[in-house]
Amino acid sequence: MGRYVIRRLLQMIPVFIGATLLLFLMVNVMGDPIAGLCGDKACDPATAAQLEKEFGLDKPVWQQYLTYMGNVFTGDFGTAFNGQKVTELLASAYPVTVRLTIVAIFFEIVVGITLGVICGLRRGRAVDTSVLVITLIVIAIPTFVTGYVLQYLFGIEWGVVSPTVSSDAPFNELILPGIVLASVSLAYVTRLTRTSIAENARADYIRTAVAKGLPRRRVITRHLLRNSLIPVVTFIGTDIGALMGGAIVTERIFNIHGVGYQLYQGILRQNTQTVVGFATILVLVFLVANLLVDLLYSVLDPRIRYA
Amino acid sequence: MRGATHAKWAAVAVAVALTATACGGGGDSGGGGGDGSGVVRSSWGDPQNPLEPANTNEVQGGKVLDMIFRGLKRYDPKTGEAKDMLAEKIETSDQTNYTITVKDGWTFSNGEKVTAKSFVDAWNYGASLKNNQKNAYFFGYIDGYDKVHPDSGSQSADTLSGLKVTGDNTFTVKLNQKFSTWPDTLGYAAFAPLPKAFFDDHDAWVGKPIGNGPYTVDSYQKGSQMSLRKWDDYPGDDKAENGGVDLKVYTDNNTAYTDLTAGNLDLVDDIPASQLKNVENDLSGRYINTPAGIIQTLAFPFYDSDWNKADSDKVRKGLSMAINRKQITETIFEKTRTPATDWTSPVLGADGGYKEGLCGDYCDYNPAEAKKLVKEGGGLPNGQVTIGYNADTGSHKEWVDAVCNSINNALDNDKACVGAPTGTFADFRNKITDKKMTGPFRAGWQMDYPLIQNFLQPLYYTNASSNDGHWSNKEFDSLVDKANAEADTATAVKTFQQAQEVVRDNMAAIPLWYQNGSAGYSDKVSNVTLNPFSVPVYNEIKVN
Repeated sequence: MGRYVIRRLLQMIPVFIGATLLLFLMVNVMGDPIAGLCGDKACDPATAAQLEKEFGLDKPVWQQYLTYMGNVFTGDFGTAFNGQKVTELLASAYPVTVRLTIVAIFFEIVVGITLGVICGLRRGRAVDTSVLVITLIVIAIPTFVTGYVLQYLFGIEWGVVSPTVSSDAPFNELILPGIVLASVSLAYVTRLTRTSIAENARADYIRTAVAKGLPRRRVITRHLLRNSLIPVVTFIGTDIGALMGGAIVTERIFNIHGVGYQLYQGILRQNTQTVVGFATILVLVFLVANLLVDLLYSVLDPRIRYA
Repeated sequence: MRGATHAKWAAVAVAVALTATACGGGGDSGGGGGDGSGVVRSSWGDPQNPLEPANTNEVQGGKVLDMIFRGLKRYDPKTGEAKDMLAEKIETSDQTNYTITVKDGWTFSNGEKVTAKSFVDAWNYGASLKNNQKNAYFFGYIDGYDKVHPDSGSQSADTLSGLKVTGDNTFTVKLNQKFSTWPDTLGYAAFAPLPKAFFDDHDAWVGKPIGNGPYTVDSYQKGSQMSLRKWDDYPGDDKAENGGVDLKVYTDNNTAYTDLTAGNLDLVDDIPASQLKNVENDLSGRYINTPAGIIQTLAFPFYDSDWNKADSDKVRKGLSMAINRKQITETIFEKTRTPATDWTSPVLGADGGYKEGLCGDYCDYNPAEAKKLVKEGGGLPNGQVTIGYNADTGSHKEWVDAVCNSINNALDNDKACVGAPTGTFADFRNKITDKKMTGPFRAGWQMDYPLIQNFLQPLYYTNASSNDGHWSNKEFDSLVDKANAEADTATAVKTFQQAQEVVRDNMAAIPLWYQNGSAGYSDKVSNVTLNPFSVPVYNEIKVN
C-alpha cells in the first residue's frame, strides 16, 4: 500500500510537468498579450517593450517556461497584469470554488446515490422509469439553461434567494449554484448507482445474506451498496476536478468569483501566469482525487489489494 | 418522482438560504433614507491595470479615479466643458509656455496639502518610461518627453525638463509645440495630483488609493468589491450627495442586470444588448440612453497598396454610401447608436466642433451612387472587402455582418463583403500594430477629453499614436498644426473642422455611428446621469 502510494505520487511529476508545458504553449500561441493591455489604443512601443521585459515575454518560450517552473517550486506563481500576485488570486478564488464543489458533490452523493438505490431496487417499476426519464432530460439540458431558469425562478420571480452570490460566497448562498453545477453529474451518479445496484442485487452473496436472515437494511447498506459503489466512486472522483474546472458557466451566471471566473479573465486578457497557475492547481486536484479514488477501492472491496 | 424530490431539496435549500441570509441580503443598501447618507450599490468590472492615474486607460478604473481625484480642470458632467477645478489660473502668451496657479486650501484625504509639487511629481512619474504607465503619451506634449520616454532604449532623464515648480502653488509648463487647447486636456485623470504616500509606499497606495476627490476608498477587495465613502472634509463644491458608493465586480453584465431587477443593485451602467428590448418595461423608465464621446469607424490599411491607389478614395466613399446606418442602428443596436454624420461626437456641442452633416452625401445610404463610385474607383481590391473585428467581446459580429449585408445588397454582389473575425482582442491589436490588415477593420474611438482635437489628431495625424490605418496627408497635418497654434479657441475649432473636411474628402475612415452610454437604476436612487464619457456622475446620485 505504502509503496503503491509513493509510486503513484512519483507518477504525478511527469504528468504535472507535461500538463503545465502544454498549457504554457497553448496560451502562448494566442499572440502577444501586451497588445490587448492598452485598450482600444495602441500601446506606445517603448512602454510595450518595457512591459514585455517586466513580464519576461521578450524571452523565448522555453526560457519563459523554465523560469516559470523554477519560480513555481519556490511558491511564486508570477504576477497578473493588474499587479496582483497569482498566489493571492489563487488564495481568494480556490476556497470559493472548493465550497461550491463541496455543495455540488454533497448533492451528487446524497441525492444521486439515494435515488440510484431506490431505482435499482425497484427496477422496471414506475419510480424507476420516471427517474430514468427525468435524468435523461437533465443530462440533455445544458447547464447554462438550468442556471438561468433556476436563477430567474428562485431569484427574481419568487424572490426566495438572492440571484447572485456575494463576494464572501458563504455556503448558504452557494446552494442554488451548487445544485445547478451538480445537476448533470447528479443524473449520471443516479444512473450509475442504479445499474450497479440492479446488477449486484442478483449476486450470490446477496442471496446468501438474505438467506442468513439479515435485516433488509443491513443487506442493502453493508453488502449491496458497498460493492456497488466502486464505479460511482470512480465517477465522483474524476468529477471533482471536472466540476472545479467546469464551474466557469455556473460561476458566471451567479457572479461567483472563483476559479472559473479567474480562468476566464486570464484567457480573455491572455494572462499566461494566471491561466497556467490556476490550471496547474486544477491538474493537481485531478491527480490527487484520482489517487484517493484508487485508494478507496480497497476500502470498498477488500478483495482489491495494492502491491 | 425525481422531480418531486428535486423540488423538495430545492425547497429545503431555499429555506436554509433564507434563514441564513435574512439579515445579509437586503440590509446592505445602507438605508440612509433621504438624508444623503445612503450608499449606492453599483456594478463594476475588474480594472485591467493597477489603479494609478497615469496607468488607467479603461472605463472601469476610470470610474474610481473620477470619484477619488480632482485635477486642475474638470469636465462638466452635462456639457463636457472643461472648467477650472484646482486651477486658479492657467496663463500663456505664446501657446507654448504656460504658468499654472493651483488654488489654495485643497488637501488630499490624508491631510496632505495639494501643491504645485503634487502635480509636477505626479506628471514626472506618469511620463517616466521605467514606471510603465500606459497613459504616458499624455505627457508627450511637454518639453523633454523624448528624454524621459524615448521610443527605444533607456531614458536619459528622470524628470520632464518642461516642468518647473516656481512656488508653493505655481508651476510652469513648456510644451514642445504650440497647443492652444492644451489646458483643456488637463481634466483627464492622468493629470491628477498625487500625494507623497504614493511615492513613499507605492504598494500600500495601490492597495488602497488616497486622492483628493469627494470620495475616499474605504476598502478594496481586488476582483470583488470596492467600497467608497463620502469624504466629509472635501473642500470642493461638488460634494457627494450620497453616503458612498459600493462598486461590485460582475463577471457578466447580464448578471448585473439580473441583480438590478431583483433589487440587489442600484445602478448598472452597461445594459446587456439582449435586454435592450425589455429595459424600458423592466425598469419602468429608469433607463438612460445618452450620447457619449465614442465613435465607431471603419479604418483602412493604407500601408496596403490595394487601398492606397489614386482612385481608392472613390471605393472608400462608395463603401460608406453602401452602409445603411439608420437601419443598422435601429434594428441591431435598438437605438443605442446614432448614425454618424461627421468624425467627432455630438457631446462636443456645436461650439466644441461637432458639425452635424459634415460628411454630407457620403454618409447617406445611396446604393446607386455607391455602386457607381466603387466602379469608378476601379472596383473592390481583389473583388472583395473583408471587415476585420475581434470576436471575443462587444458582439461586433452582429453589426459587421449587418454592414456587410448592406454593402452586398447595395453593390448587388453576394460576395462583395465578408466579416473577418479575430479570436481575441489582443490578437486583433497585434495584427493592427504589425500592419497585417488587408481590408477595412473596426476602429472605435473613445475620447480622452471633450475636444475636437482629440477626435482628429491621435487618429489621423501622420504617425499619431492611434492612427491604426497609417493614413498620412500633408494638408491635414498642416491644418492641425495651424489649429493648435491658434490662440483663439473658436478659430482653432474652425480650423480643426477644415482639417476634418480633408479627412472627409479622402474618406480616411468611414464613420459609422456615435455610441450612447446606457444605464439603468433602481427606484431607491434618483438624479442619475451619465457624463459625456458614459460614466455615471456618482457624486450627484441621491439615495431615496
